[in-house]
Amino acid sequence: MNLIVAKNITKDYQVVPTRVSKDPQIGEGLVRALRNVSFEIEPASFVSFVGPSGSGKTTLLNLIGCLDKPTEGKLTVVGTDVLKLDRHESAQFRGDNLGFIFQDFNLIPILTVYENIEYPLIIVKNTPGGERRKRVMAVLAAVGMADQKDKYPDQISGGQKQRVAVARALVSDPKLVLADEPTANLDSKTAYTIINLMKKMRDELKSTFIFSTHDQRIVGEAEIIYSLADGELVDKQLKGGKQNG
Amino acid sequence: MANLFKIAVRNLFRYKRRTFLTVSLIAIGVIFVLGYISISGSFKNMMIGQITDSMIGHLQVHRKGYVASIENLPLNLNLKPQAVKKLEGLLNQQPEVVAYSPRIKFGGMFSTFVETTNVRLNGVYPEKEFKTIPLLPSRIAEGQKTLNKGEILIPELLARGMKAKIGDMIVIVATNQDGSVNGKQFKVAGILESATGPGGRDGYVHIEDATELLRMGEMEISEVAIRIKDFGKVEAFTRKLDGQLSGEVNKQGKPAFEVHSWQGLSPFYNIARMIDMMTFFIQILLIAVVLISIMNVMIMAVYERIREIGTIAAIGTLPGKILSMFVMEGFCLGVVGVVIGNIIGMAIIFILNASGGVTFDFGMQKGLVLAPTLNPMNMLVVSAIVIFVSVAASLQPALKASRMEPIKALRHV
Repeated sequence: MNLIVAKNITKDYQVVPTRVSKDPQIGEGLVRALRNVSFEIEPASFVSFVGPSGSGKTTLLNLIGCLDKPTEGKLTVVGTDVLKLDRHESAQFRGDNLGFIFQDFNLIPILTVYENIEYPLIIVKNTPGGERRKRVMAVLAAVGMADQKDKYPDQISGGQKQRVAVARALVSDPKLVLADEPTANLDSKTAYTIINLMKKMRDELKSTFIFSTHDQRIVGEAEIIYSLADGELVDKQLKGGKQNG
Repeated sequence: MANLFKIAVRNLFRYKRRTFLTVSLIAIGVIFVLGYISISGSFKNMMIGQITDSMIGHLQVHRKGYVASIENLPLNLNLKPQAVKKLEGLLNQQPEVVAYSPRIKFGGMFSTFVETTNVRLNGVYPEKEFKTIPLLPSRIAEGQKTLNKGEILIPELLARGMKAKIGDMIVIVATNQDGSVNGKQFKVAGILESATGPGGRDGYVHIEDATELLRMGEMEISEVAIRIKDFGKVEAFTRKLDGQLSGEVNKQGKPAFEVHSWQGLSPFYNIARMIDMMTFFIQILLIAVVLISIMNVMIMAVYERIREIGTIAAIGTLPGKILSMFVMEGFCLGVVGVVIGNIIGMAIIFILNASGGVTFDFGMQKGLVLAPTLNPMNMLVVSAIVIFVSVAASLQPALKASRMEPIKALRHV
């Protein structure tokens, strides 16, 4: 069974009047960010969506992550028709099934490394204390940050912050981890390290990783690469050069 | 809950100066209100105590219609012996009553044989009167603290004006109920300090002397002053007694008695009400201070943390939890402000009392010493108001945070 099934997804955005759409098909004041995008992703995949800025990568990740809803089409994530979820159910769904890694790390500055990772288990999952400690320490060790656990985000480097973000995304054992431009603010070496860390975690935890990027240095690290251009899915590459267009 | 509390406290420490200023503002407000309530409340209680314990008693019973003409001291509206007997019988059965004192109130001429002036007098049984208004003996500034037949206690202003001293013989001339005039000699046995309120400049004679002076065939009583065990229940007891006496009617079939608590007899009651009103407005002011300062801080906190709100919402924090986080911050600000305010407020009141209290003059009473006290109930009410308002003030920003679309919040720069 596929983890994600997207059929003819379209997403329109209302824009300010000065940026009136020239597309007569979608009406005035609207911009079409995604056009009839369809794809399927299997569990434990390591997938990237690539494309230039404005191609719709982030929009697509937001839709998969239940942070936004498509204007048209059908989207099923982890067996759930996400279009039918209300605000509260979406939040619940995200907490239960998804992990997020952000471009700017988005760690909570008032919490230590340990507490940042522990946060989803306390606030979202209500995991008991003993179990919580075990899981936090396990992911901390897995991302190589156990010795930095008492530091605050402003006391660690960008690469370390992203490791913490990876750990936070994985600590609640999600079925799907979404990473929007996870290496955009990192140097090449650290970017590779983070991508390899994500891959390693996928191998260990069997979670599905989807990341968006326009960074050519790491595009090839994905096993399945979807290319987007002007809101359309234009290409699908499987690692090893297999092409499905 | 503990984790929400921890996060709230950490968030408050994020902007230490702002938190410090807000907490200080709340604490100052609490100190100010507690100080005001303490001083005004103590003043009010002290004055009520002075009035009830040194003059009028907790409540009084008169013949129906007497209070409306009380300034004239109408002898024709006195209670007849039969009515007094009934009333005394009823009062003796009341477990709430500590003491009661029948009085004959009348006006007369006070003569030192050299000068003559007006005087208002109370004819009383001294033992009953001293039990009913226990501060009366302490008002006797000069002379003996008792009153025997043939003696008179005179107010100090009268003594000063008429140059009357302890041991002097004076004459009281009074008009009787039938319009004739009678006179009687009295020895000045004591000089009473003036007190603010009705009866504060009255003199006292023995009730049997008053009966004789007024040529009453049978003793007729102007009023019965009553003291009860629990002053806090004075209104309830007044209603109870009024209900029990309402069945007593005169020959015309109209009520024979009227019962008034001290509130209905002393103009100070209006001042007391004004003090309560001002206390209420001061509390409103405190509410405004807390509301504005907390709301301001929380609105700023929400705007500064939009991306953070987006992040926690994205990773699955339910809107209700986000709301709780911000409300908890407001709650913590309120609690810290209340605790600091209460501690400093208590310390100030303690220092004020340790340094001898607040000295002030009120009417003819000079050098009154006010010892402000803090009623735990008042502290509790002020604290509850501040904490409730703190939570209420953080609700709007918290709701805004909880309703934020994660996608928009994450895009916020």
